[in-house]
Amino acid sequence: MNDKTELATKQENEIKPVGTHPEASIRPAVDIFEDESGITLHADMPGISRDRLNVKVEGDTLTIEGDAEIPMPEGMEPLYADVQATHYQRSFTLSSEMDPDKVDASLTHGVLTLRIPKREEHKPRRIEVQVG
Amino acid sequence: MFGTTGLFDELQRIQQEMERVFGSAPWANGIRSSSTGFPPVNVGTTADEVDVYFFAPGVNPESWDISIQNNVLSVAGERHVIREEGASYYRKERFDGEFRRTFSLPDDIDPEKVDASYKNGVLHVRLQRKESSKPRQIKVN
Repeated sequence: MNDKTELATKQENEIKPVGTHPEASIRPAVDIFEDESGITLHADMPGISRDRLNVKVEGDTLTIEGDAEIPMPEGMEPLYADVQATHYQRSFTLSSEMDPDKVDASLTHGVLTLRIPKREEHKPRRIEVQVG
Repeated sequence: MFGTTGLFDELQRIQQEMERVFGSAPWANGIRSSSTGFPPVNVGTTADEVDVYFFAPGVNPESWDISIQNNVLSVAGERHVIREEGASYYRKERFDGEFRRTFSLPDDIDPEKVDASYKNGVLHVRLQRKESSKPRQIKVN
Protein backbone atom coordinates (compact mmCIF):
# COMPACT_ATOMS: atom_id res chain seq x y z
CA MET A 1 0.00 0.00 0.00
CA ASN A 2 1.36 3.37 -0.82
CA ASP A 3 0.89 6.52 1.22
CA LYS A 4 -1.93 7.71 -0.94
CA THR A 5 -4.40 5.07 0.10
CA GLU A 6 -3.77 5.28 3.81
CA LEU A 7 -6.28 7.96 4.59
CA ALA A 8 -8.89 6.14 2.58
CA THR A 9 -8.45 2.69 4.02
CA LYS A 10 -7.31 3.08 7.59
CA GLN A 11 -10.31 4.98 8.78
CA GLU A 12 -12.22 1.76 9.34
CA ASN A 13 -10.18 1.40 12.50
CA GLU A 14 -11.91 4.29 14.13
CA ILE A 15 -10.69 5.24 17.52
CA LYS A 16 -13.57 5.71 19.90
CA PRO A 17 -12.67 7.24 23.24
CA VAL A 18 -14.24 5.11 25.93
CA GLY A 19 -16.85 6.72 28.09
CA THR A 20 -16.84 10.19 26.62
CA HIS A 21 -19.95 9.66 24.54
CA PRO A 22 -21.97 6.70 25.66
CA GLU A 23 -24.86 7.45 23.31
CA ALA A 24 -24.76 6.66 19.64
CA SER A 25 -22.88 8.97 17.36
CA ILE A 26 -23.41 9.72 13.71
CA ARG A 27 -20.64 8.95 11.26
CA PRO A 28 -20.75 11.90 8.90
CA ALA A 29 -20.70 11.15 5.18
CA VAL A 30 -17.47 12.38 3.59
CA ASP A 31 -15.87 13.07 0.26
CA ILE A 32 -12.09 12.87 0.24
CA PHE A 33 -9.79 13.72 -2.61
CA GLU A 34 -6.14 14.39 -3.12
CA ASP A 35 -4.35 16.73 -5.44
CA GLU A 36 -0.70 17.67 -5.71
CA SER A 37 -0.64 19.98 -2.71
CA GLY A 38 -2.75 18.04 -0.23
CA ILE A 39 -5.93 16.30 0.76
CA THR A 40 -9.38 17.86 0.94
CA LEU A 41 -12.19 16.43 3.02
CA HIS A 42 -15.85 17.48 2.94
CA ALA A 43 -18.07 16.18 5.74
CA ASP A 44 -21.85 16.51 6.13
CA MET A 45 -22.55 17.72 9.64
CA PRO A 46 -25.98 19.38 9.63
CA GLY A 47 -26.85 21.30 12.78
CA ILE A 48 -23.23 22.02 13.63
CA SER A 49 -22.18 25.58 14.30
CA ARG A 50 -18.62 26.85 14.47
CA ASP A 51 -18.44 26.83 18.25
CA ARG A 52 -19.74 23.27 18.54
CA LEU A 53 -17.29 21.79 16.09
CA ASN A 54 -14.08 20.15 17.19
CA VAL A 55 -11.33 19.20 14.76
CA LYS A 56 -8.22 17.74 16.33
CA VAL A 57 -5.09 15.86 15.42
CA GLU A 58 -3.61 13.56 18.03
CA GLY A 59 -0.53 11.72 16.90
CA ASP A 60 -1.44 10.63 13.39
CA THR A 61 -5.19 10.54 14.03
CA LEU A 62 -7.44 13.26 12.73
CA THR A 63 -10.81 13.43 14.47
CA ILE A 64 -13.81 15.53 13.54
CA GLU A 65 -16.62 15.76 16.04
CA GLY A 66 -19.37 17.98 17.28
CA ASP A 67 -22.88 18.18 18.65
CA ALA A 68 -25.75 19.34 16.49
CA GLU A 69 -28.05 21.96 17.86
CA ILE A 70 -31.63 21.79 16.63
CA PRO A 71 -34.19 24.46 17.55
CA MET A 72 -37.20 22.76 19.08
CA PRO A 73 -40.39 24.17 20.54
CA GLU A 74 -41.03 23.37 24.15
CA GLY A 75 -42.78 20.09 24.84
CA MET A 76 -42.20 18.67 21.40
CA GLU A 77 -42.82 14.99 20.98
CA PRO A 78 -40.99 12.99 18.35
CA LEU A 79 -43.17 11.48 15.66
CA TYR A 80 -40.67 10.19 13.16
CA ALA A 81 -36.88 10.23 13.08
CA ASP A 82 -34.33 9.30 10.47
CA VAL A 83 -31.68 11.02 12.58
CA GLN A 84 -31.45 9.61 16.06
CA ALA A 85 -28.33 11.12 17.54
CA THR A 86 -26.84 14.57 17.78
CA HIS A 87 -23.22 13.69 18.21
CA TYR A 88 -21.01 13.45 15.15
CA GLN A 89 -17.70 11.70 15.18
CA ARG A 90 -15.32 10.23 12.67
CA SER A 91 -11.58 9.64 12.69
CA PHE A 92 -8.95 9.19 10.03
CA THR A 93 -5.33 8.21 10.12
CA LEU A 94 -3.01 10.69 8.49
CA SER A 95 0.18 9.62 6.83
CA SER A 96 3.51 11.21 7.61
CA GLU A 97 3.77 13.44 4.57
CA MET A 98 0.75 15.47 5.69
CA ASP A 99 1.24 18.52 7.83
CA PRO A 100 -1.16 18.41 10.80
CA ASP A 101 -0.09 21.88 11.94
CA LYS A 102 -1.47 23.45 8.83
CA VAL A 103 -4.93 21.88 8.68
CA ASP A 104 -7.44 24.48 7.59
CA ALA A 105 -11.13 24.09 8.50
CA SER A 106 -14.21 25.93 7.31
CA LEU A 107 -17.93 25.42 7.77
CA THR A 108 -20.70 26.39 5.35
CA HIS A 109 -24.36 25.39 5.72
CA GLY A 110 -23.40 22.40 7.83
CA VAL A 111 -20.65 21.16 5.50
CA LEU A 112 -17.19 20.97 7.01
CA THR A 113 -14.28 21.45 4.63
CA LEU A 114 -10.84 20.40 5.77
CA ARG A 115 -7.69 21.07 3.84
CA ILE A 116 -4.69 19.04 4.89
CA PRO A 117 -1.58 20.20 3.05
CA LYS A 118 1.39 18.01 2.32
CA ARG A 119 4.73 19.01 3.74
CA GLU A 120 6.76 21.01 1.29
CA GLU A 121 9.35 18.30 0.83
CA HIS A 122 6.63 15.82 -0.14
CA LYS A 123 5.00 17.83 -2.86
CA PRO A 124 5.64 16.21 -6.19
CA ARG A 125 8.29 17.86 -8.27
CA ARG A 126 8.59 17.62 -11.93
CA ILE A 127 11.99 16.39 -12.97
CA GLU A 128 13.17 17.85 -16.19
CA VAL A 129 14.83 15.37 -18.44
CA GLN A 130 17.88 16.79 -20.08
CA VAL A 131 18.22 15.69 -23.59
CA GLY A 132 21.88 15.54 -24.43
CA MET B 1 -32.62 16.91 21.40
CA PHE B 2 -33.64 13.85 19.42
CA GLY B 3 -31.70 11.02 20.87
CA THR B 4 -30.56 12.17 24.25
CA THR B 5 -33.57 10.71 25.99
CA GLY B 6 -33.71 7.45 24.14
CA LEU B 7 -37.23 8.35 23.06
CA PHE B 8 -36.28 8.01 19.46
CA ASP B 9 -34.80 4.59 19.99
CA GLU B 10 -38.15 3.47 21.23
CA LEU B 11 -39.75 5.26 18.32
CA GLN B 12 -37.59 3.53 15.82
CA ARG B 13 -38.42 0.22 17.36
CA ILE B 14 -42.13 0.99 17.05
CA GLN B 15 -41.61 2.22 13.53
CA GLN B 16 -39.77 -0.92 12.52
CA GLU B 17 -42.46 -2.98 14.12
CA MET B 18 -45.10 -1.07 12.17
CA GLU B 19 -43.18 -1.46 8.96
CA ARG B 20 -42.93 -5.14 9.61
CA VAL B 21 -46.64 -5.46 10.27
CA PHE B 22 -48.07 -2.97 7.79
CA GLY B 23 -45.31 -2.85 5.25
CA SER B 24 -44.77 0.89 5.30
CA ALA B 25 -43.87 3.82 7.49
CA PRO B 26 -46.68 5.78 9.15
CA TRP B 27 -45.86 8.69 6.84
CA ALA B 28 -46.66 8.45 3.17
CA ASN B 29 -43.46 8.73 1.23
CA GLY B 30 -43.31 10.32 -2.17
CA ILE B 31 -43.18 7.85 -5.01
CA ARG B 32 -39.71 9.15 -5.84
CA SER B 33 -38.35 9.07 -2.32
CA SER B 34 -37.10 6.15 -0.29
CA SER B 35 -36.55 5.58 3.39
CA THR B 36 -32.83 5.94 2.94
CA GLY B 37 -33.18 8.99 0.73
CA PHE B 38 -31.55 12.35 1.09
CA PRO B 39 -32.11 14.30 3.20
CA PRO B 40 -32.88 12.46 6.42
CA VAL B 41 -35.95 13.88 8.15
CA ASN B 42 -37.18 14.19 11.70
CA VAL B 43 -40.72 15.16 12.63
CA GLY B 44 -41.98 16.36 15.97
CA THR B 45 -45.31 17.67 17.20
CA THR B 46 -46.72 19.89 19.88
CA ALA B 47 -50.32 20.88 20.57
CA ASP B 48 -49.81 23.98 18.40
CA GLU B 49 -47.61 22.88 15.55
CA VAL B 50 -45.85 20.20 13.58
CA ASP B 51 -42.11 20.64 13.06
CA VAL B 52 -40.28 18.97 10.20
CA TYR B 53 -36.48 19.00 10.11
CA PHE B 54 -34.55 18.22 6.96
CA PHE B 55 -30.88 17.45 7.59
CA ALA B 56 -29.65 18.81 4.31
CA PRO B 57 -26.23 20.46 4.56
CA GLY B 58 -24.68 22.30 1.66
CA VAL B 59 -27.91 22.95 -0.21
CA ASN B 60 -28.03 26.06 -2.34
CA PRO B 61 -30.49 28.15 -0.24
CA GLU B 62 -32.08 29.55 -3.40
CA SER B 63 -32.96 26.08 -4.63
CA TRP B 64 -35.37 25.28 -1.78
CA ASP B 65 -38.81 24.60 -3.16
CA ILE B 66 -41.36 24.00 -0.41
CA SER B 67 -45.05 23.57 -1.13
CA ILE B 68 -48.22 22.22 0.39
CA GLN B 69 -50.97 20.85 -1.77
CA ASN B 70 -53.87 18.63 -0.77
CA ASN B 71 -52.31 18.30 2.65
CA VAL B 72 -49.07 16.93 1.26
CA LEU B 73 -45.86 18.73 2.13
CA SER B 74 -43.32 18.61 -0.65
CA VAL B 75 -39.76 19.76 -0.15
CA ALA B 76 -37.26 19.84 -2.98
CA GLY B 77 -33.81 21.29 -3.42
CA GLU B 78 -30.48 20.91 -5.10
CA ARG B 79 -27.08 20.16 -3.80
CA HIS B 80 -24.23 20.27 -6.23
CA VAL B 81 -21.08 18.83 -4.82
CA ILE B 82 -18.11 20.48 -6.42
CA ARG B 83 -15.90 17.77 -7.86
CA GLU B 84 -12.31 18.68 -8.48
CA GLU B 85 -11.03 17.73 -11.90
CA GLY B 86 -7.85 15.74 -11.93
CA ALA B 87 -7.89 14.94 -8.23
CA SER B 88 -7.90 11.35 -7.05
CA TYR B 89 -11.00 10.54 -5.03
CA TYR B 90 -10.88 8.13 -2.12
CA ARG B 91 -14.42 8.56 -0.91
CA LYS B 92 -17.61 9.87 -2.50
CA GLU B 93 -20.23 9.28 0.12
CA ARG B 94 -22.06 12.57 -0.05
CA PHE B 95 -25.30 12.97 -1.94
CA ASP B 96 -25.00 14.99 -5.13
CA GLY B 97 -27.89 16.30 -7.20
CA GLU B 98 -31.57 17.13 -6.91
CA PHE B 99 -33.82 15.68 -4.26
CA ARG B 100 -37.47 15.74 -3.23
CA ARG B 101 -39.27 14.37 -0.23
CA THR B 102 -43.00 14.45 0.37
CA PHE B 103 -45.09 13.80 3.44
CA SER B 104 -48.79 13.53 4.17
CA LEU B 105 -49.64 16.01 6.87
CA PRO B 106 -52.11 15.67 9.71
CA ASP B 107 -55.57 17.00 8.75
CA ASP B 108 -55.48 19.93 11.14
CA ILE B 109 -52.55 21.80 9.58
CA ASP B 110 -53.26 25.32 8.40
CA PRO B 111 -51.55 25.61 5.00
CA GLU B 112 -51.53 29.39 5.35
CA LYS B 113 -49.40 29.30 8.47
CA VAL B 114 -46.14 27.71 7.49
CA ASP B 115 -42.66 29.10 7.81
CA ALA B 116 -39.28 27.67 7.02
CA SER B 117 -35.72 28.54 7.98
CA TYR B 118 -32.40 27.10 6.88
CA LYS B 119 -29.59 27.24 9.41
CA ASN B 120 -26.34 25.29 9.71
CA GLY B 121 -27.54 22.90 7.04
CA VAL B 122 -30.87 22.07 8.70
CA LEU B 123 -34.14 23.13 7.08
CA HIS B 124 -36.80 23.62 9.73
CA VAL B 125 -40.38 23.77 8.46
CA ARG B 126 -42.94 24.86 11.05
CA LEU B 127 -46.56 24.05 10.33
CA GLN B 128 -49.17 25.58 12.61
CA ARG B 129 -52.27 23.66 13.50
CA LYS B 130 -55.64 25.23 12.78
CA GLU B 131 -56.98 27.29 15.65
CA SER B 132 -60.13 25.21 15.80
CA SER B 133 -58.22 22.01 16.44
CA LYS B 134 -55.99 23.26 19.24
CA PRO B 135 -56.80 21.84 22.61
CA ARG B 136 -58.99 24.08 24.71
CA GLN B 137 -59.35 24.12 28.40
CA ILE B 138 -63.00 23.83 29.40
CA LYS B 139 -63.82 25.53 32.65
CA VAL B 140 -66.22 23.93 35.03
CA ASN B 141 -68.55 26.47 36.54
